[in-house]
Amino acid sequence: MARIIAGVATSHVPAIGAAVDRKATQDAYWKPLFDGYEPSKKWLAEMKPDVVILVYNDHASAFSLEVIPTFALGCAAEFPIADEGWGPRPVPKVIGDPDLAWHIAQSTILDEFDITIVNKMAVDHGLTVPLSLLCGEPQEWPFKVVPLCVNVIQYPPPTGHRCYMLGKAIRKAVESFDKDLRVVVFGTGGMSHQLQSGRAGFINKEFDKRFLDAMAPHPEELVKIDPLTYLREAGSEGIELVMWLVMRGALDDDAKEVYRFYRVPASNTACGHMILENPRR
Amino acid sequence: MAEKQEAYEDIPGTYVFDARRSRQGYHLNMFCMSMMTAEGRTAFKENESAYLDRFPMTPEQKKAILERNWDEMLRLGGNIYYTSKLAATDGLTFQNIAAIMTGSTQEDYAKMMLAGGRPPEGNRSKDEWKNKKNG
Repeated sequence: MARIIAGVATSHVPAIGAAVDRKATQDAYWKPLFDGYEPSKKWLAEMKPDVVILVYNDHASAFSLEVIPTFALGCAAEFPIADEGWGPRPVPKVIGDPDLAWHIAQSTILDEFDITIVNKMAVDHGLTVPLSLLCGEPQEWPFKVVPLCVNVIQYPPPTGHRCYMLGKAIRKAVESFDKDLRVVVFGTGGMSHQLQSGRAGFINKEFDKRFLDAMAPHPEELVKIDPLTYLREAGSEGIELVMWLVMRGALDDDAKEVYRFYRVPASNTACGHMILENPRR
Repeated sequence: MAEKQEAYEDIPGTYVFDARRSRQGYHLNMFCMSMMTAEGRTAFKENESAYLDRFPMTPEQKKAILERNWDEMLRLGGNIYYTSKLAATDGLTFQNIAAIMTGSTQEDYAKMMLAGGRPPEGNRSKDEWKNKKNG
């Protein structure tokens, strides 16, 4: 039986990917951030997941305003790296797990989540930056990836509660997959930040700390945060935090926080990171 | 039907990309989307105005693009993840255009971020912005 052993939350700031790609991770500006992920890289290498379900948002790369799926699951065998306007990042292509992905799609749809099935999708920094942070610069990624894209650009995104419940449905799907797989779920994006207009640069450390503090013990409080509160308190792009709640929903109720890192700034963003482990791994 | 004043319209310095803005900015954003390919970038740079005529935008929207008025593009329905593709074509980062949109110098904006960013205090509602300069 496949099982979810742990969850990883992390920001996915594009400038972090650019720092990796131009070998600037040891610069004074970036070193403290990358140092913060060193323990996580060791941890993930020891966990040896077979598959990572990576929850992220597409930033007008694979999708545009032509089609805006709220939840889109990548079911392809592989995913090319998107050209986001400055050429594709020089990172390995992402290998999918169509067997598991299709199983999750079927299971969650029958569980009344209206998932969009995607067979062709380039993946952008939202997916590759978390991989770079947690894996460094390998020749190939050390696990398969099932991408789950959540719309957080077109308002309204799905609610935190809906994301959390989808996480629970994903867990049920994984546990009913009859192949021995160790699965880690990544919830990415956030934390507080705003990239646009006169309030750009907005950071709310108190909001972020409360969010981090509640992730393991009180997710039921976090799912009550409404869109207006995210926009006002976490910045217009901070609403990405709903994606962390997919990951939290996929874990056990009594999952434990084993690592946390928080740093301001990463470009315009408060970079937040947490690792949660299920008690029975 | 009258346009409902949404509660989030009270957040200062923020354009929530809702249904109204998405409809208004559809062609502007799809133009930005075309900057994702080398062909699109080259054709645009060769003759910006002629290239923009391929997209049924309003004259106001075209003007904002030609003048690289980043905040005006958002006001007219642009979305930051789309307009940032045009910025990338110009060799500008998210942080570069953020500084421009906030009326700050690059240096001052970078300093503000290093000092912890723009704080929530005084930046939650339009009322708080009325009698002071933002930031």
